[in-house]
Amino acid sequence: MEMELIICKNAALGYEKKPIIENLSFTVCEGNYLYIVGENGSGKSTLVKSLLGLNPLISGEIKWCGDIKPTQIGYLPQQTVVQKDFPASVWEIVLSGCLSKSGLRPFYNKAEKETAQKNIERLGIADLSDKCYRDLSGGQQQRVLLARALCAADKLLLLDEPVTGLDPVATADMYALINTLNKNGITIIMISHDTEAAVKYASHILHIADEVFFGTKEDYLKSRQGKIFLNTKGDE
Amino acid sequence: MLEKLFDYLEFPFVRYAIIVGVLIALCSSLLGVTLVLKRFSFIGDGLSHVAFGAIAIASVFNLTSKMILVLPITVLSAVLLLRTGQNTKIKGDAAIAMISVTSLAFGYLLMNIFSTSANMSGDVCSTLFGSTSILTLQTYEVNLCIVLSIAVLFVFVFFYNKIFSVTFDENFAKATGTNVELYNLIIAVIIAAIIVLAMNLVGSLLISALVIFPALSAMRIFKSFKTVVIFSAILSVFCAICGMIISILCGTPVGSTIVAADALAFFICCLIGGNKR
Repeated sequence: MEMELIICKNAALGYEKKPIIENLSFTVCEGNYLYIVGENGSGKSTLVKSLLGLNPLISGEIKWCGDIKPTQIGYLPQQTVVQKDFPASVWEIVLSGCLSKSGLRPFYNKAEKETAQKNIERLGIADLSDKCYRDLSGGQQQRVLLARALCAADKLLLLDEPVTGLDPVATADMYALINTLNKNGITIIMISHDTEAAVKYASHILHIADEVFFGTKEDYLKSRQGKIFLNTKGDE
Repeated sequence: MLEKLFDYLEFPFVRYAIIVGVLIALCSSLLGVTLVLKRFSFIGDGLSHVAFGAIAIASVFNLTSKMILVLPITVLSAVLLLRTGQNTKIKGDAAIAMISVTSLAFGYLLMNIFSTSANMSGDVCSTLFGSTSILTLQTYEVNLCIVLSIAVLFVFVFFYNKIFSVTFDENFAKATGTNVELYNLIIAVIIAAIIVLAMNLVGSLLISALVIFPALSAMRIFKSFKTVVIFSAILSVFCAICGMIISILCGTPVGSTIVAADALAFFICCLIGGNKR
């Protein structure tokens, strides 16, 4: 039996008591590769906020098992406008992933710097370490943010549409990288529009719509929703 | 030329002015980087107008130490403005514009109605452009300025990593358990304190320049957050000293001379940065 990390039971999510998603139940186990798919406005971002503990549930519960806390998720947020021309070196950004570990201490210690260095090498961006973030390509920027996320947590990554705005080569590259991380034992939760990639890489799929589907990829392909969603995508 | 300068430096009020000027330039440039990157460049402008309004109120009540009233009011406005940044009916920039013109108008109105001094327009002009007030500093004002500057420096260094993280990516910082609201509050309070201090130096109309120019100049050339912060601090202090010396020697208004020096430095940095790319 795999170890469970997150159990979500009959949760209702939304803002100001107005539910966007209701009766949501799913489980994330260690080593899973969960894709969360759904239309725009279906509530994917709300779910992300709830998983991170930034948006309280209206009802139901999200339970964290083992030694993982919501603040120990390696979160890869969507890029903001501010970041596009931010004067910071790759090293500074990756190191900032260790912030929650440093607590009130004003400076980073040796162990944290080593963590940052390790993750920079792991993602193959060591030669960019002194480069300025704004001078990097989209794909390189995402690698930097991914390295930062790994500094915050090395067990569970939550990726919010990590391939948005990337060219096809960088996209394929990013997927391959995430897949490798997953193979090395990191649990992945990915928010995405890309059903093709979902079908290719996911172990489990959570489809948020009027009717919520949760299950393994194999079950999803057989399900009515899965067929409809995949077919409509194919027609575009 | 140099002799004239040393003659002037004999006077304590000139030395005070230079000490205060350097400290203010240093503090304002440190947070300038954060403000520019957070797209809050105009907050300095807005807050300084609030401070102007507060000074008007303080004059009406004939308070001997205007700081007692001006500092809390400005800090409060800063907190409110940074808070309304995200999700409110009136968006950040509109809120700043609204508050700044309102306090400017009410400040002038109050000064006009309850004016106690004979030279009203002179008072208003020096509050807006800080023309002479830097040279008329009292000892306690200099001390207050030194204490506040040290506090600002200490807070900035102590929270440097947090400020960086909150500036670069608020969502990530929040998700990993950083108390983003607290650090935004700290940033707001420091900014307000700096603005109140800087009113003496460049007056309320020109403060934004002191806050944003060094940061923008440094961002043209340097490629990491740390070097940008350090260079903008050095540049700001350098421009402030040059501006003050020129204004002493040539009799030009202090505030505008410093800002002119900052603007010139920005263009030089643009040229250097442009060639590098």
